[in-house]
Amino acid sequence: MWIFLRRRLLTSAISLVGVIIVVFFLARLTGSPANLYLPESATQEQIDEFNRLNGLDQPLLVQFWNFLVGAVRLDFGDSIWQRRPALDVALAAMPPTLTLAGIALGLSLVIAIIAGSIAAVYRFRFPDRAISVTTLTISSIPDFWFALVGILVFAVQLRLLPTSGYSTASAWILPTATVMLAPIGVLTQVVRGAMIDALGAGYVQNARARGFGTARLVARHALRNASLPIVSVAGDRAAGMVNGSIIVGSVFAFPGIGTVILGAVLNRDFAVIQASVFVVGVGVILVNIAVDAIYALIDPRVRVGAGKGK
Amino acid sequence: MTALLKVDDLRVEFLTDTGSPARAVRGVDFEVGEGRTLAILGESGSGKSVTSKAILGLVDFPGIVSGSIRFEGRELVGARESELRGVRGTGIGMVFQDSLDSLNPVYTVGAQLIEALRVRMGLGHSAARARALELMAEVGIVDPERRIDNYPHQFSGGMRQRICIALAVALKPRLLIADEPTTALDVTVQAGILRLLRRLQDETGMAMIFVTHDLAVAGQIASDVIVMYEGEVVERGVIEEVFERPSHAYTRGLLAAHPGAVTDWRDLRPVAGDPMLSREEAIADGF
Repeated sequence: MWIFLRRRLLTSAISLVGVIIVVFFLARLTGSPANLYLPESATQEQIDEFNRLNGLDQPLLVQFWNFLVGAVRLDFGDSIWQRRPALDVALAAMPPTLTLAGIALGLSLVIAIIAGSIAAVYRFRFPDRAISVTTLTISSIPDFWFALVGILVFAVQLRLLPTSGYSTASAWILPTATVMLAPIGVLTQVVRGAMIDALGAGYVQNARARGFGTARLVARHALRNASLPIVSVAGDRAAGMVNGSIIVGSVFAFPGIGTVILGAVLNRDFAVIQASVFVVGVGVILVNIAVDAIYALIDPRVRVGAGKGK
Repeated sequence: MTALLKVDDLRVEFLTDTGSPARAVRGVDFEVGEGRTLAILGESGSGKSVTSKAILGLVDFPGIVSGSIRFEGRELVGARESELRGVRGTGIGMVFQDSLDSLNPVYTVGAQLIEALRVRMGLGHSAARARALELMAEVGIVDPERRIDNYPHQFSGGMRQRICIALAVALKPRLLIADEPTTALDVTVQAGILRLLRRLQDETGMAMIFVTHDLAVAGQIASDVIVMYEGEVVERGVIEEVFERPSHAYTRGLLAAHPGAVTDWRDLRPVAGDPMLSREEAIADGF
């Protein structure tokens, strides 16, 4: 287990470094911050002074070296726009993003497990078809359209929910629903498929031959075996959600990491772009490790050293 | 002899996309008396496994069961799922062929035994655990105290099949259906499992249906036999008599195909006919 974890950490760290390097150079393709922050009438002296202050006058490779030296000490420089450490800007945006991701993923999973299990028990019959059509329809709704129509209906017309913000509970409803749209369909189908496999397995048939009821067969005998593919897909979705949703950020003015990255790109705030990508990357790595740990918890055969093994 | 189980004109059809249903069991009838052992003998595809599944009501849509299965006088065909649930396990127990597939890989064997004892026998946790240890010892697991918290994949095939048998007899069934329980095991392990089943039968007085394609195994364990071919019973009777004087051409073929029946392997003859062929072709084959 520990050998496995160490290898996993090492490969993850290598990809994280790779991503950071690519982002460093890509960010600089957006143009010079000087053009954005100084008035058009700025003299060449003013531009040079701005670049010198922000370390942009040095050759690209020197800038890159300075960036790497700082990154090792978790110093990503200061935000050119907000005038505070870039890492602080990125980290401040994570709590709302993680909370939103957690709530949305948790709710999607609960709905998907219930709906997918019902579909599997009644496979190819009416409840199955109704659930598949409904969840796939929900997943086919474009999130930007849903977000805008949601504001129009619930905030503007019915005046039930606020249009933006995140300080009140009601302000979370529309952003959460928007983020949940896509995962619900996929997760329900994954639960359904995994559940059909598990219910058809010999051990469930055998448990049935012992006189257990359907609820026990589904919840105790099939679900835990079906949960490996469910956890894989949910982990994949969780990794996507840690990125933050650009749509939720821009439509609902939700102060998550997606909004920060979008703002940083528009403002040519290189330090914040790099710090945000680093924070998100670490988040994705942690999600993947969590998924592996959950695997081992669910299935004793995955636990290395649990016995003879397969 | 009072019939514990009486099967009359049992038919199982599977609806297919092509329109004509696949008829797996075509009007089978037999009886199992208290404490008797019936072997259902037949090759793959003869409908013997489907028959045993039908007895427990485990044939699901698109399979359709008709005819009559009476267990202790109660009709099981068309019975409600809740009624069948009451019969499964405690009335009729089942042991399947593949012991690895029969046990849930994510729970310890102890947890599975304890669950059955608590849910179906109404024992409390500690009583169930004590009984589980007893059962494991009874089926020949060495050092049950240590083994009870092991997972199925940590047992050998023979030991796993013993656990499956423990799971079935834990519920004290009056009838045990064993569907090819020794087929996946090698010969020495096979003999141990057969001895175990016979001993448990002596101790509990349960009746048994033993589904197999192996004549030697059937001969060792059963008192009566039916031979199935193409979803029909082609031969029935007390096992010694059937083996001595087979009346049906298929049974004679089956006996001739058994390696123990010949002294020179060149006399060994494959069974003519193919259950996968259409009925007409099989009739043309002479059965």
